[in-house]
Amino acid sequence: MNRRGPTLEIHTSPHISSGASVDVIMRNVVYALLPVAAFAVYSFGLAAALTLGVALLSCLATEHLLCRLAAAPSTVSDWSVAITGLLYGLTLPPALPLWMVACGGFIGVAMGKCLFGGLGYNAFNPALVGRAFLQAAFPVALTNWTQPLAPDRFVAVPASTFTPPFATPVYDGASGATPLALFKFEGQLTETGDLLLGLTGGSSGETCALLILVGGIYLAARNMLNWRIPAAILGSVALFGWVAHALSPQHYPPAEFMLFSGGLMLGAVFMATDMVASPITHAGCVIYGALIGALVTVIRFWGGMPEGVMYAILLANAVSPHIDGVLQPRVFGTGRA
Amino acid sequence: MLSVLRHQPGFAHGVHPPEAKEDTRDLRIKQFPFAPVMIVPLLQHTGRPALPVVREAQEVMRGQLLAEPDGDMSVAMHAPATGVIQRIALAPGVSGRMAPAIFLQPFPGSSQEVAEGIPCELHSATPEEILQAIQNAGIVGLGGAAFPTHVKLRVPADRTIDTLIVNGVECEPYLTTDHRVMVEQQGDIFTGIRYLLKATGAGRAMIAVEGNKREVANSLAAALPADLPASVHVVPVKYPQGAEKMLIRALLDREVPSGGLPSDVDVVTVNVATCAEIGRLLPHGRGIQERVITIGGPGIRKKGNYRIPIGTPLRFALEYASMDERVSRVFLGGPMMGQALSSLDIPITKGTSGFIAFTETRTAARHEFPCIHCAYCVDACPLFLNPSQLGQLAKAGQYERMADEYHLLDCFECGSCSYVCPAHIPLVQRFRAAKAQIRKRRAAS
Repeated sequence: MNRRGPTLEIHTSPHISSGASVDVIMRNVVYALLPVAAFAVYSFGLAAALTLGVALLSCLATEHLLCRLAAAPSTVSDWSVAITGLLYGLTLPPALPLWMVACGGFIGVAMGKCLFGGLGYNAFNPALVGRAFLQAAFPVALTNWTQPLAPDRFVAVPASTFTPPFATPVYDGASGATPLALFKFEGQLTETGDLLLGLTGGSSGETCALLILVGGIYLAARNMLNWRIPAAILGSVALFGWVAHALSPQHYPPAEFMLFSGGLMLGAVFMATDMVASPITHAGCVIYGALIGALVTVIRFWGGMPEGVMYAILLANAVSPHIDGVLQPRVFGTGRA
Repeated sequence: MLSVLRHQPGFAHGVHPPEAKEDTRDLRIKQFPFAPVMIVPLLQHTGRPALPVVREAQEVMRGQLLAEPDGDMSVAMHAPATGVIQRIALAPGVSGRMAPAIFLQPFPGSSQEVAEGIPCELHSATPEEILQAIQNAGIVGLGGAAFPTHVKLRVPADRTIDTLIVNGVECEPYLTTDHRVMVEQQGDIFTGIRYLLKATGAGRAMIAVEGNKREVANSLAAALPADLPASVHVVPVKYPQGAEKMLIRALLDREVPSGGLPSDVDVVTVNVATCAEIGRLLPHGRGIQERVITIGGPGIRKKGNYRIPIGTPLRFALEYASMDERVSRVFLGGPMMGQALSSLDIPITKGTSGFIAFTETRTAARHEFPCIHCAYCVDACPLFLNPSQLGQLAKAGQYERMADEYHLLDCFECGSCSYVCPAHIPLVQRFRAAKAQIRKRRAAS
């Protein structure tokens, strides 16, 4: 060492870090979604693969282009928009015309995320913003479901998939209702086993409750997901469902049907748990989850639509900052008996 | 009577950084050689600088008084070696600012015997006399805070102290000085406890040791004198378990009120090395002229625990411990709360618990993301603050709101929030800046 000594770097403490990183968390959420996406492709074939691909690409391209337009470095590499793209694709009916898929992806990322200031500033889950736009703009296309495990699913795509923009989609004969619609409009109950394994109609990624749960458990174990949110959602839906079913079994389905049907599992595990749009305290997360559960039940039982997870989560997203405002952690050394 | 060895639950929240103590924990404390010139700053503690009582060219004996306390918020300084005073002049301090210091040149041939003073007799001294002796011995918190110990021990008139906590937690990674003191200076610790119990009027002492030093706790418990009202407590390994508020919460389930002191919950805490120094020095009327430090980290080849003279220039110390040429970062203290040094031309002071040197750089590796509300910091903060919210407010410059609504001034900068932040936001740095702004504005108004 010479007399002047080494060049020293100066940082403020702490000088070590846990190694956690936003892009690592986001990448792991994508990993947890991959089995769900794989099952969607297995169940709905080429149609789901195309839907997911276009959803992912439209979201990535939107974020990249908007960053470029803002003369800011592209934030695609933080993996958060990859989650949005995958999640968005998984919430769509497999036979949705691809141009609609691209439209929703653009709206979701542009208006749900970039307009707010990008990652960390979005008030709502961008994937759901995109889907909500589609639901409002194309209600018919959004409620047209294909049969799962169709024999020709890997060789043919539904006629509606390649509908040119603004043309009315043509549907094949082989469409089928979701378990929720079957119950709501025809009073027909689906087996819980089929719901768990995903042998039903529905949005491409919402059908297999089991794989969604596995992904959620992986993330919760790695502390990348607050388990209190899905627990509170599922708990409150189960509770309300159980009470309603006990009071009037012919009008209301049993709790297990409520839990494993529709988009509840995907929404509870992957959508509502968006860190940015959910409360920061544990108590806040429980209230937020219970609120979503209550809204889901209300919309499903008494709303015009068979499903209510999307609107329930978006409404709760809006309430989330207010929950944080009211429920700050009790600071050490204050207000303890 | 308390059972002698107890295991306690910890405090809530906190983090688990790598302990990194295995390199030095089993190395005995070694005496450090004298540097060619010692630099003894007159201000090594919180408070007012000491007043020199020696003049240039005067010969002094090791342990002799160099400077006396200037008022109550001040402590004495003692000669780290037998030698001659070169000059009393400005020397660079830790912050880079120049401050007055006494330059002492040790005599190479001297026997370096330590001067004896007037002993403080444990049995006859009054509490106030013990506090006086502690001040005159130049004793400050050796855990790193360097707050004058006699001020900390003085019980407010309207309070009584029931418990003395001797803090041997040492939760900062790499540091093993308290560990070694608890192994090698048990007798000094017990004597120190007797002085401290008498000075504070506390009825019992609790020695707290972290679970990664279980064998130390066992040996302390086995060695406890039968007539000493003390017990040894093992607390879980968690950072910042050694923080006063956290330790009191863990041992006694009492919460020091926001903005308050341990005496508000009838407790006084003293670092174990400080306690050992009191037990070692007071019976001989001596003053602190050396202390135990850990020199470690990946950038040091001869890692170890050393009893080092106060005023040893850091450069000399690091050269003796054979520092790697590629060293890129040097901290005073541990890596969680320690201060990074811009210069090696500063002396070892009483508050120095160690020096840690790293060789790898980190400037390029830390890309800052926006806050994603992951709540890792909220789950880490031992004081249940909301670092995420505080960080956003700091960015927006809303300093008064940070203090009034979010208790910023309670933050003791333990670094847990920055440690866990996946967005790599320099939260503690922002909080320090915000606190400085708040103090400035409040002083102005």
